[in-house]
Amino acid sequence: MKRILAILVEDRPGVLTRVSGLFSRRGYNIQNIAVGRTIEPGISRMTVTVEADRLTVEQVVKQLNKLVNVLKVSDLTDESSVGRELMLIKVKAEPEKRSDIQQMVATFRAKIIDVSPDSMIVEVTGDEGKLQAFMLMMQEFGIKEIASTGNVSLLRGGRTTREARG
Amino acid sequence: MKMNGAQMVLSCLEAEGVDVVFGYPGGAVLTLYDEIYKKGLRHILARHEQGAAHAADGYARASGKTGVVIATSGPGATNLVTGIANAYMDSIPLVAITGQVARPGIGTDAFQEADITGITLPITKHNYLITELQELPRIFKEAFHIAGTGRKGPVLIDLPKDLQAEEGEFVYPERVEMPTYRPVYEGHMGQVSKAATAIRKAKKPLIYSGGGVVSSGAHAELLEFSQYARIPVTTTLTGLGSIPCQYEYYLGMPGMHGTYAANHAISNADLIIAVGARFDDRVTGRLDTFAVNAQVIHIDIDPAEIGKNVIVAIPIVGDVKMVLRELLKKLKPGDTAAWCKQVLSWKKDRPLRYQQMPDAPLKPQFVINELYRLTAGDAIITTDVGQHQMWAAQYYHLERPRTFITSGGLGTMGFGFPAAIGAQVAFPGRTVICIAGDGSFQMNSQELATAACYNLPVKVAIINNQYLGMVRQWQEFFYGSRYSQSCLAGSPDFVKLAEAYGVVGLRARTVDEVPEVIKAALQTAGPVVMDFSVDPQENVLPMVAPNTSIVEMIGGDTP
Repeated sequence: MKRILAILVEDRPGVLTRVSGLFSRRGYNIQNIAVGRTIEPGISRMTVTVEADRLTVEQVVKQLNKLVNVLKVSDLTDESSVGRELMLIKVKAEPEKRSDIQQMVATFRAKIIDVSPDSMIVEVTGDEGKLQAFMLMMQEFGIKEIASTGNVSLLRGGRTTREARG
Repeated sequence: MKMNGAQMVLSCLEAEGVDVVFGYPGGAVLTLYDEIYKKGLRHILARHEQGAAHAADGYARASGKTGVVIATSGPGATNLVTGIANAYMDSIPLVAITGQVARPGIGTDAFQEADITGITLPITKHNYLITELQELPRIFKEAFHIAGTGRKGPVLIDLPKDLQAEEGEFVYPERVEMPTYRPVYEGHMGQVSKAATAIRKAKKPLIYSGGGVVSSGAHAELLEFSQYARIPVTTTLTGLGSIPCQYEYYLGMPGMHGTYAANHAISNADLIIAVGARFDDRVTGRLDTFAVNAQVIHIDIDPAEIGKNVIVAIPIVGDVKMVLRELLKKLKPGDTAAWCKQVLSWKKDRPLRYQQMPDAPLKPQFVINELYRLTAGDAIITTDVGQHQMWAAQYYHLERPRTFITSGGLGTMGFGFPAAIGAQVAFPGRTVICIAGDGSFQMNSQELATAACYNLPVKVAIINNQYLGMVRQWQEFFYGSRYSQSCLAGSPDFVKLAEAYGVVGLRARTVDEVPEVIKAALQTAGPVVMDFSVDPQENVLPMVAPNTSIVEMIGGDTP
């Protein structure tokens, strides 16, 4: 099944390589990965979505914890958490289709961020299910290109990732 | 204090108590070598960087200290790779210092440039490329700390050439501050109590111990544990020597070439106490047939080893010496008398065996047995990898830890001889014997020059069967005796090869010659190469075929 790991790492050169290298070397498949800053200077956060069973993920977490630059690894899958991805979709938009697209964009609470004579770029955020559903609707108009981030997740409630278990 | 980068390195090494390094100079470490020259640091010049790395590894294994190896950038650094991987697989503390091209040249495919931190990422515990001189002291402090603590291992420091000449202020940090690196040493008390209860209740317990016992220096605690709780012990290849061979409840090595008693004890046990061992495939055989009747207690300093290959009922993360001490406080012996009787009868009835007829070709086991007899079991043994390694493990009976130096995890041919040089540097006064194969020895025989130059009295015993023996054995058993590329006939005359380096060479072909040659070698003050021409047909038995149960032993069932 799909599991989501939040990893706090020291922001040093090569850390992303160390983390992603560990996944590939031990044969674990990363579905997506998002890297960004945190409120602590010098600490970055990675959110990794990996397709694996629980035992495999336990092993991944232990191996990640052995990396010297890794501060904290937390498996968010069984915790109550919220996750979002962001996707930009360049969709064909002849003038007569624009209002249909606008309607769909409103329904999904997406945003049009660029318009040209025959295309639009739509920004949509949400969990994977919502993004899939939106993409399906956009396919009717013809998708020219997409760009998407990986999933980013936080625990629900007041607890931070540092305070999460294991 | 103001000094340049190279001087800083020397000061760091001094602060870490390093009194000898192994290495090979080159363009990107000239400034560093200039300081070595000026400061008079003891440096053992190998003849190949791989030899230097293995020598530093052997030094570390024999002494328990962290070994240090130095090489230049590019090919110098890549030649260290096998040595670093070897140390990584067996958790040996090693600091490798490599030169790198000057900082402006990095990433430009400069002359002798290699991305050695990238290359060694999966085979080091950690590595560093120093880009700012002021970081050098902290990085050295951290490197030695990481290499020598927790589950030990190699750390590489890549040092650009221009940084070695740059001047800066030197202050060596008093302690490391690494919030992301905090190994756990003390076992969880609740888990230790659970283990004590399980041990007391067990009817058929078995201790399965490994290299972690050597690394942690827990041999005395292990023996006390076994004696007090009356539990038989089997030790892995890297754990050999941590239990005296003469000990009554010692069963020898388990696994692919293990003893009948050890393998049957594993398969019949109701409790296995794994101590600093990692359930390697060479030990377990086919996993779903391994120790099917047993619960497992696993004591290890590396949390990632627990549950990796087998399901563990009672995990205890911690230093095995500290955990065993706590366990001993809580332990009450259970009733193991019937089980011990059973296991000891296996040990007595199904020993390892071979037959040496007086006029027949030399049996390799006989040669090793004679080495054992004539050194009274008191030598430091190093081995290469293959048949001779297994025979050494089976027939050189060890009494003390750190006396069996072998490449366990990586299985590196060519390890034994340079490792023996390292061990001899650590213990100049002791007898160090490298038991080698004719194939393995040729992978680093250039180090004869090193042994000769420093007059290191290493004794090399080549078990010469004119084959890559273990490959030949697998081909005989599993590939219809098609000996594809495993015959090494045409190898040099090892006696003459030794003599070319100014080293004494001796040869034995008959039973009578074996003790004469060994005695002569032991009486020689300098290094000696002994070439034993042995029966090329001999196989290592018993043998468990790969991916089968460890009780299905070829050559193990007839008493």
